Amino acid sequence: MDNARKEWGLNAILALVLFAVPLWAWLANEPFIITLATRVAILAIAAVGLNIALGLGGMVSFGHALYLGLGGYVAGIAAHHAFNGTPVLGLAGTNQMLPIWAIAMLVSGAVAGVVGALSLRTSGIFFIMITLAFAQMGFFFALSWPAYGGEDGLPIFMRNQFPGMNTSRPWDLFVIAYGVLMVALLLFALLRGARFGAALMAIRQNPDRAAAVGISPFGIKLTAFVLSGMLTGLAGAMMADLTRFVSPAMMAWTMSGELIVIIILGGVGRLFGPVAGAAILVGFEVFFGGLTEHWKLWLGLVLLAVVLFARGGLIGLIAGRARHG
Amino acid sequence: MDDVVLELRGMCRSFGALKATDDVSLTLRHGEVHALIGPNGAGKSTLMGLISGRTTPDAGSVWLAGQDITGLSVAQRARLGLARSFQVSSLIPEYSALRNVMLALQAGEGHSYRFLRPVVFDRTLQRVGRDILDRVGLAARASVDAAFLSHGERRLLEIAVALAMKPQCFLLDEPMAGLGVEGTARLITFLQGLKQQAPILLVEHDMDAVFRLADRISVLVYGRIIASGTVAEIRANPLVRAAYLGEESTQ
Repeated sequence: MDNARKEWGLNAILALVLFAVPLWAWLANEPFIITLATRVAILAIAAVGLNIALGLGGMVSFGHALYLGLGGYVAGIAAHHAFNGTPVLGLAGTNQMLPIWAIAMLVSGAVAGVVGALSLRTSGIFFIMITLAFAQMGFFFALSWPAYGGEDGLPIFMRNQFPGMNTSRPWDLFVIAYGVLMVALLLFALLRGARFGAALMAIRQNPDRAAAVGISPFGIKLTAFVLSGMLTGLAGAMMADLTRFVSPAMMAWTMSGELIVIIILGGVGRLFGPVAGAAILVGFEVFFGGLTEHWKLWLGLVLLAVVLFARGGLIGLIAGRARHG
Repeated sequence: MDDVVLELRGMCRSFGALKATDDVSLTLRHGEVHALIGPNGAGKSTLMGLISGRTTPDAGSVWLAGQDITGLSVAQRARLGLARSFQVSSLIPEYSALRNVMLALQAGEGHSYRFLRPVVFDRTLQRVGRDILDRVGLAARASVDAAFLSHGERRLLEIAVALAMKPQCFLLDEPMAGLGVEGTARLITFLQGLKQQAPILLVEHDMDAVFRLADRISVLVYGRIIASGTVAEIRANPLVRAAYLGEESTQ
């Protein structure tokens, strides 16, 4: 009970700090800081997506960069055609974020459905390798597809639009990303507390017992995997708009690894784990990246320490073990 | 024959050259405890696997309440009311006793594809779950994680979970294992009442418990049922004494 209260306190602080820092930067006219906070928020959305599969369902997907990249390419391709005034698959391009997000989620969800249906027949190291293999297929496909830039990537000349906001202003884009992150966290919390979450977490802990009380593991896991891919795909579309650039690098296996690192640093399966993890990762990149180009070495050491001494990540370190009631 | 709840017809299953289950047929009728006994390696676990759906048979069929369930998965059979307990306690370790029971209740109510409504606000699920824990005497331990329950409490929680599944019949795999004298005595009393709700197919090593509980006994040796009958018949059967009880008494 006490731990739960501590965790909610910590969550509130994280949510507040992630809003207050860019707010201060906006008032102090420091757009770079606002962009960093936006990056944290978008990475966190992607990691909340992965947290559904990995944290709640115990499915260690080493290929979630695929959905990030798919979402990114949906945004890039739509903007590309809107800019050129050419149709894509018989439809006009669009520079509106909302329909782009919907398409990004549909595409990444459909691909996650196929990948999940095939890879969920395996488990453990085989599952990790098959999800990685699918992501690598996406990576090399994007690399060798000249229509949308191939290995040079695809620039987005004008950021896509959001009703009532001026997305070319860093603060506006941050508010959009922060709002989506809060909605994503709310949905994650509801999902975890609902019957679906109860079934999913039970399957992670003891699939035989779940089946013996009448819960078919495959359908529940596949549904979770699809939802997970959709959310990461949405983050990909937003990431493309933040950097105004899409490239195969978004689908690289290192990106998949980064998403896993975010979750481990923050706390696997914890509501605000992705937020804490994304903040730590981006913080490291900025502060240690400025000091030395070997900053990933130091990140690696921190990751090692977390895995060895603080299995619950930052959230677990401060708020203790997770309770499911 | 209407009162047959569970029926096995000519079940066979081999692993390589080993016939783990060899032409086994048996019935479980309303209101009875049917005990399955046999020495180690007789094929009891394989048979339990065949009934619960974990293992697919080479031949034969399983019928539950007149329906052929041979082709159904473990989860589908469970939803039809085949409630099993495990030989080694198998629960959701990070869930409280109450949530373990609630999980079985939610599965029995239909599907688990409800994404938004918090389970903690599901009053019916909570209340029915507490009632069931109360029946097995675990009400005071409702909020303790399964991982932190004692061995005996975990055995009871296994029974509670089975109760939550709207059972047509119980498949209890060594429920007395490691319970001690007092715990065993209490469980025997409880199971005597339970069989009125749904019949019990009982695999058990504790012979005293079997003789006190069982209405019928089937003896499994090398995958075959060598004898089947009432307690008195089995006690008197020379084949059984040679194959099973004789071995027991020399230990």
